[in-house]
Amino acid sequence: MQVKLRNPKREIEMRGGKTVNRLLDDLELVRESHLVICNGTLVPGDAKLGDDDVIEIRPVISGG
Amino acid sequence: MATSGSKCRACKAPAVIDLPRHNANFCAEHLLQLCRRQVEKAIDDYEMFSKDDRLLVAVSGGKDSLAVWDMLVEAGYQADGFYVGLGIGDYSDESGDYVRRFADERGLTLVTVDLRDDYGYDIPTAAKVTKRVPCSACGMSKRHLFDKAARDGGYDAVVTGHNLDDEAAVLLGNVLRWDIEYLARQLPVLPARNGFPKKCKPLVRLTERETAAWCLIRGIDYLVEECPIAAGNRHLYYKDTLNSLEQKSPSSKSAFYLNFIDNMAPLLADQSAAAAGELNDCERCGSPTTNELCAFCRLVEKSSAHEPVPVELVLGKRGRS
Ligand code: SF4
Ligand SMILES: [Zn+2]
Ligand SMILES: [Zn+2]
Repeated sequence: MQVKLRNPKREIEMRGGKTVNRLLDDLELVRESHLVICNGTLVPGDAKLGDDDVIEIRPVISGG
Repeated sequence: MATSGSKCRACKAPAVIDLPRHNANFCAEHLLQLCRRQVEKAIDDYEMFSKDDRLLVAVSGGKDSLAVWDMLVEAGYQADGFYVGLGIGDYSDESGDYVRRFADERGLTLVTVDLRDDYGYDIPTAAKVTKRVPCSACGMSKRHLFDKAARDGGYDAVVTGHNLDDEAAVLLGNVLRWDIEYLARQLPVLPARNGFPKKCKPLVRLTERETAAWCLIRGIDYLVEECPIAAGNRHLYYKDTLNSLEQKSPSSKSAFYLNFIDNMAPLLADQSAAAAGELNDCERCGSPTTNELCAFCRLVEKSSAHEPVPVELVLGKRGRS
């Protein structure tokens, strides 16, 4: 699956089959600071991600 | 396709978000309902404003300010937007586009000021001239122009998109220094006084994750990129710290802030009243000030005389006022 990240903006390819929470843990990202969007839809932590999914991990913390 | 087992607490439909602080999952519709209820509760509990009041909402193009404007309009409040073009490179150009598009698509009234066009300076130049961190010149300019727009337009109250994370991070900073004067003023509502309008923060009961989810579900296109000057500042570090705590111990962030408001702020009430002294009118713009010229007019005088400074030149100078 394709995973889009920000700060800096980048895309990585990962194997599917893991949950959203597992993906965040693997990337060492804190759940409270992010939303995960799968194929354009918001998904919860136990959602299982497939090989063909396009994932956006969107940081929600703003600094102004 | 993603599959998930979790169900909405309210209707048992498939959930779109988990909110550990509520120990529950929600579908899109019930996440929106939760946000609406928290905002109404903040407006009622802290006696912010009513549907008869005319409100001016400071908008930046980011998620929080657009979310609060959207929520207020949806709930039937009379809310206009207020945007300041800060002249911070591409960031300002883009943020202005997001704000104008939001207002246009919904037929809402947007009041705008552009620092360069209207006052002859921008934030990078002001930072260079005053030799202070950009956020200090920026915060002061925004506050001044927001207050002025509220007075000029006869608005009853001004609204900002500060959320629970913003307030908790500021609270952490104030507590780490035991800054009693700032702590005493850190309230969801500041009453009108001395020519300054009433200031309200309806999102203080919602986390950033919740306001971002509101925007996604409502289809609000907001600027996800940050102001380049914010990167790496102390405020962000406090937020990260609180979110690491929250990860280990859900709802500790909201308890930290909301219990401060309920239990501690009342004990500090007389500390902030003492700070309110006598003010006179600025000779140039009429704003309340302790000097002949207010801090904003002094900043304009110095900065507008200076060559424009590109944003890249001030990016090393971080920190927040
Ligand atoms: S981060 Fe600082 S300079 Fe950028 S918009 Fe916020 S206050 Fe202004
Ligand atoms: Zn539901
Ligand atoms: Zn003035």
